[in-house]
Amino acid sequence: MKYETVIGLEVHVELATKSKIFCSCSAHSFGAEPNSHVCPACCGMPGMLPVVNKRVVDYGMKAGMMLNCHINRTTTFDKKSYYYPDLPAAYQTTQWFAPVAVNGTVEIETSGGKKSVRIKQIHMEEDAGKLVHDIREDTTHVDFNRTSVPLIEIVSQPDLSGAEEVEAYLERLKTLLRYAKVAECEMAHGTMRCDVNLSVRPEGSNVLGVRTEMKNMNSIEAIKRAIEYEVSRHIDAIENGTEVLVQETRRWDDIKGKSYAMRTKETAGDYRYFPDPNVMPIVIDDEWFDSIKATLPELPEVKKARYTGEYGLSDYDADQLTKSIAVCECFEDAYSVCGNAKDAANWMISEVMSLLNVKKMTYDMLDLNGITLGELIVLVSGGKVGRANAKKILAAIFDDPSIVPEEYAKANGFIVSNDTGLIATVVKETVAADPKSVADFKGGKEKALMALFGKCMKQLKGNCDPQVLRKILIDHINGL
Amino acid sequence: MKKIIVDDMLLTKDLPTTAGSKMLEGYMSLFEAEAISRLNGAGYTISGKAEVGEFAIDLICETNYKGAFVKKGKLASPVAEMLEGDAEAAVCMDVNGSVRRAAAQNSLVSIKPTYGTVSRFGTVPVACSGETVSVMAKSADNCEAVLSIIAGHDDKDGTSLSDEDCAKAKEVSPMRRIAVLGNMLKDTDLAVARKIEIFRENLAAKGIEVCEINSDVIAASSAAWNVLMCAELCNNVSRYDGVKYGYRAENFSGIDELYTNSRTEAFGELLKCAILFGSDTLSTENYMKVYDKSLRVRRVVSEAFNALFEQYDAVMMPACSSFDYSEDIEDTAVFEENYYTAPASITGLPAVVIDGVQLVGKAFSEGSLLAFAKEYEKEAK
Ligand SMILES: [Zn+2]
Repeated sequence: MKYETVIGLEVHVELATKSKIFCSCSAHSFGAEPNSHVCPACCGMPGMLPVVNKRVVDYGMKAGMMLNCHINRTTTFDKKSYYYPDLPAAYQTTQWFAPVAVNGTVEIETSGGKKSVRIKQIHMEEDAGKLVHDIREDTTHVDFNRTSVPLIEIVSQPDLSGAEEVEAYLERLKTLLRYAKVAECEMAHGTMRCDVNLSVRPEGSNVLGVRTEMKNMNSIEAIKRAIEYEVSRHIDAIENGTEVLVQETRRWDDIKGKSYAMRTKETAGDYRYFPDPNVMPIVIDDEWFDSIKATLPELPEVKKARYTGEYGLSDYDADQLTKSIAVCECFEDAYSVCGNAKDAANWMISEVMSLLNVKKMTYDMLDLNGITLGELIVLVSGGKVGRANAKKILAAIFDDPSIVPEEYAKANGFIVSNDTGLIATVVKETVAADPKSVADFKGGKEKALMALFGKCMKQLKGNCDPQVLRKILIDHINGL
Repeated sequence: MKKIIVDDMLLTKDLPTTAGSKMLEGYMSLFEAEAISRLNGAGYTISGKAEVGEFAIDLICETNYKGAFVKKGKLASPVAEMLEGDAEAAVCMDVNGSVRRAAAQNSLVSIKPTYGTVSRFGTVPVACSGETVSVMAKSADNCEAVLSIIAGHDDKDGTSLSDEDCAKAKEVSPMRRIAVLGNMLKDTDLAVARKIEIFRENLAAKGIEVCEINSDVIAASSAAWNVLMCAELCNNVSRYDGVKYGYRAENFSGIDELYTNSRTEAFGELLKCAILFGSDTLSTENYMKVYDKSLRVRRVVSEAFNALFEQYDAVMMPACSSFDYSEDIEDTAVFEENYYTAPASITGLPAVVIDGVQLVGKAFSEGSLLAFAKEYEKEAK
């Protein structure tokens, strides 16, 4: 018999706000000393009251809009109670009754074609802390740096049918939320985490099979392996009766390549949700709604179409540029100044993006001012600065955004001189010192000319129009 | 320097705050209540912290982990006793009516302001949706002086009302017609009934019209309030788990036993009762039947009051069934005794206690209630 897999995902995404959701502590403590980003509020001490960080609601709304959701114009926070040492107040403030966004869709594309994945809801909530187990001392320490860091949980309908779709869906979420600049979505940093709900049923059946949930998956590769394992475990149980499937939460052990049932105690329980009386319902009026709507970015595929159509870029270039919203913005700003899309794209792809690679930075980390880059491109295309020197200027503006390219070029002697007398002198000296290359060139070796050209350019410190140099050089050799 | 007493529900930086619980014995807060900061700024010093019953949900602080508070065979109010000294007033949390009961029983004046006009920042949270920082003093003048300092918007409290709204609470309009809640006159003892009678006569003598009305809705407040209060309490005291601060049991193996033993050993019986009841009302099974229904009752009670305020300037009711609780009254009696205080707690309406009687006014009418109380005092002398 043939089977089909039914998967729904609950994806937790850390919002990229500066501060935590209900207090003013910094939300960014990756790698920091334990308990160095805490205050009485996020440590659950009595007497502090939650004051909602408006930015969190902005981002929650924006995420909802990116996922084509309906935004609830009145959204509320609720308390979810459970005991765990990483939860200092013994309740998590989350959204149970009126989440910020509901009923959305995410479009994905796989080898099987295009598909629309329905989003049930997006709710905002606070993260819990971390437990650090010390095996040597047999003790457990609590780190509250992460408590109250804002999260959204994106709950999909069970519309995914396998690992490939899951991967495409997660990649698409990542792209959309990064484009909206609301989240980093980096599984390796824990800023994106995923619970997988999975069941298996005979193909064509409309009855759902027994559903199991795997919690806190933190790499796409692990998720793919876990799905594969679970599907075969389910089919084995159905066909061979190897075990009785029960609705349960399981833990995926990526090293052993197996999933394990969690103790029922860890999963069962009544969270006793109720509205948080300390947080007034948040009313999103038209003005607020519209101000967020106005900040929505153009979607990557729309940008790509514009780049290949309006700007005449190649498919490859458009693909490269639209990998990151930061790259797109820098490119568009540079283009607005230099007026040549191809030039701007070349600079972005062959210089800026490779510089990011060299510095081991992600494309999203790009913090280069596109206007400044555009000014630099103008200097090069106008023949005022040579390409090699332009790269040095780029490296400088990459690190110091206050630098003005033209001033920097002047100060460092990078301005092209069109003093043909000087060029002729340099050519004469260089050619005289390298008779072998001259002979090679005359003997038909084109490369030998490039060697001479390079030596001259070096001598001129790059400040020379390549076309002018080339002409003077060839004329000189031919005249020998 | 003017002196002020605060009860042990308000966090202080230099003195421990225990909320009357062994769980918080010796607990030193890193910050203090907003009300205290405002009083310090106005030149007041704290002359002492008054004992409260565990998390201030009990009758009038009859007992806490330190023992029973009894005076001449009746329950004593530590705040009232401290007010015999030279402090101008006491700032106390009215969680479940204990402040109003203590004022009524000790011939003191108390004012519970409109919910949201005084910041709850820095108060030990119990029943956040209804509890209010209140003032108790020997005179209405003193109550007014202290309330005017602590009232006002505070960014640190998300439920704090705007300064514009808080200013409304200072406006004064005269009392012309007062409703007496007949339902609540039936079960009081003779002394309380007599007090109400005299009060009505005094009102009549002042030319204030007094009408007896009945409201089953308002009388149902206590049942709903007990649900909301205990549910919120259960959630709020869950943070005391022996892990981070507060009492930790000596003997335990594993985290579950650490929780269970610490809480079992540190919490008193009344609190445990409230926790269990509150937890049950929030279970999936009971949420709609009990908790959500209580939220709806809260709305209906507010509407019933608002309808009365179309015709009346205040609603008069006792603050307690007796001025003289004997020392052997059951702790759990408070869940019935708050029949008299729950209407103002569940709605967040202001209430003044003067001459043993409680007057509940419409939102932002504490200015009028205190003006009335001052006049009443003057004439009584
Ligand atoms: Zn904090």
